[in-house]
Amino acid sequence: MFKVLIDLLRYNREFAIGFVLTAGIFLFALAHFWAPLPDTAIYLLPPDMPPSTEYWFGTTSRGQDVLWQMSSAIWNTMLFGLTVTIISRILAVAVGMVSGYLGGRWDQAMMTINDTMIALPNIPILLLVYFVMRDSMSWPILALTAALLGWNYDARLIRSVTLSLRNREFTRHAVFAGMSVPQILVRQHLPYVMPVIFFTAMNNLIWAIGLEVTLSVLGFSDINRPTIGGMIYWANQHQAIIAGIWWWIAFPIGAIVLLFLGLFLLAISVNEYIDPRSRLSRMGA
Amino acid sequence: MNGFAKYLVQRLFQFFLVIFLGVSLAFLITNLSPVDPVEQSVALMTNFGATDPRAVELMREALAELYGLQGTVLDQYLSFWGRVIRGDFGPSLSAFPTPVMSLIMSALPWTIGLLTLALAISWSLGNLLGALAGYYRSNLLLRLSGAAVMALHPVPAYIIGLVLLLLLGFIWPVLPISGGAQMNLQPGFTIDYIYSLILHGTLPALTLVLVGIGSWFISMRSLVSNIVTDDHVVYAELGGVSSGKIFSQYVARNALLPQLTGLALSLGNVFGGAVITEFLFNYPGVGRLLIQGIYRGDYSLVLGVTTMSIIAVAVAVFIIDLLYPLIDPRVRLS
Repeated sequence: MFKVLIDLLRYNREFAIGFVLTAGIFLFALAHFWAPLPDTAIYLLPPDMPPSTEYWFGTTSRGQDVLWQMSSAIWNTMLFGLTVTIISRILAVAVGMVSGYLGGRWDQAMMTINDTMIALPNIPILLLVYFVMRDSMSWPILALTAALLGWNYDARLIRSVTLSLRNREFTRHAVFAGMSVPQILVRQHLPYVMPVIFFTAMNNLIWAIGLEVTLSVLGFSDINRPTIGGMIYWANQHQAIIAGIWWWIAFPIGAIVLLFLGLFLLAISVNEYIDPRSRLSRMGA
Repeated sequence: MNGFAKYLVQRLFQFFLVIFLGVSLAFLITNLSPVDPVEQSVALMTNFGATDPRAVELMREALAELYGLQGTVLDQYLSFWGRVIRGDFGPSLSAFPTPVMSLIMSALPWTIGLLTLALAISWSLGNLLGALAGYYRSNLLLRLSGAAVMALHPVPAYIIGLVLLLLLGFIWPVLPISGGAQMNLQPGFTIDYIYSLILHGTLPALTLVLVGIGSWFISMRSLVSNIVTDDHVVYAELGGVSSGKIFSQYVARNALLPQLTGLALSLGNVFGGAVITEFLFNYPGVGRLLIQGIYRGDYSLVLGVTTMSIIAVAVAVFIIDLLYPLIDPRVRLS
């Protein structure tokens, strides 16, 4: 694992850039534990201060330091994304592997339901959930809802890998050796599925963070908990663009773009690493 | 039964399953929530001052009837289905007494127009660029444009839209940033009106294109670069078939099949992006309607728009499924 990481860092430029970006943003987010003021406090600092040596990224109209707000916001946004990713991975792996291994009618039934869920539009359903929950909406409920909507596509992908493993020699050996289905799935097939899980996890993380940004920009989450989308929501509420407080909007957008770019570069370089054909073409074959 | 009929039956079954599950889900979400929509609406309406308690009681009953919340859960479920089939979601509370359905119907053409246009552009452009980039791997221009669309692809629609709005509507104000057409123009087939439609639609459509194009590019490029090494392509190359023909007939055509399936599968997601984009640019489609309904606490409007958008997406997926046999002869013949 470590060796792979070092090789990737040395030979794959996209991975190196993505790794540095993501790690940098992670460290920046980690810094919020040492913030001088609590992140939910408002009107403790002079409002609307432009970036200066005292407030590097300026202050908001609500009297908050943009720099420290961003640090907490990225942390909360990433936490949301990871929660969604982990829950939805468990679902995708379970459904995908079982469906692919069982095959036949079971597979057909499970994939029909799976395809049905893919065709449902996520955003209207999430908005409906928010609408009926209103003030009782908290980020874990939102994360759970997003996770329940975000696993279908990847379950299909994982299923197709398992489907091809099913007819391989070693699966038959394992069956004859008397291994049970869960044992075969976990000990024989999971190592082959692992790269796909990792790749889909990266994409799912990007999707989940995008979802969080979108919903909180509209104010459809706990608006007092700092998140990247929440910062833009408050900036819009105070008409920051018209008032000329550009730093309240520009820095969060910059942070989001950098975070997405980092995660995306990691995702595509991991995908390339998994796919041997593109690895060969990179080496010039 | 021949292959096409079998395919059709299968797709039709899937279509009805999506609608059944989607409508049931919408019902379930509204029913399981701890918040009572009747109390919520009553609180909204009595906000402005003291109201006679008897009037409030009458209002409660009227609302429960309006929302179909009388009787057992099964009764409510069946009456919800009845309302969906009749297309009757009752009057909207925020635009009383306009029926929810007529609000949706006047908003739907805007969304369909915007989405169809944006999808057509991003799908064809993304696939064309992706196919070229997969076929001519060493072309620098293709690689650069590929890097650009791929970098945009993970960024959420709202952020891309906001940046475009700031750049082209605020810093360098060349395009209108709000509405579907100029307010004082009479809708109709006049040059002025159509010009205004195009002008107003540019920023929302551009946002959706920029959001969508990257994923088509990525998947098309990897599909094509896998097909290029296939035996039938190598054989055609050795046989002296012109490279333009190999590209269009041997490679791109095969790679388009999974991309069409992908289009059907991604429609739900694309619709979500359109909801956000419409709201950002104040575009008069169903997305803006939905978000305004949420802000105003309009229960029947939100439920109506959600249900109708689930059905609309299912219909669109079904239409694409019907197109599939046209480009894949195997479905027709087998």
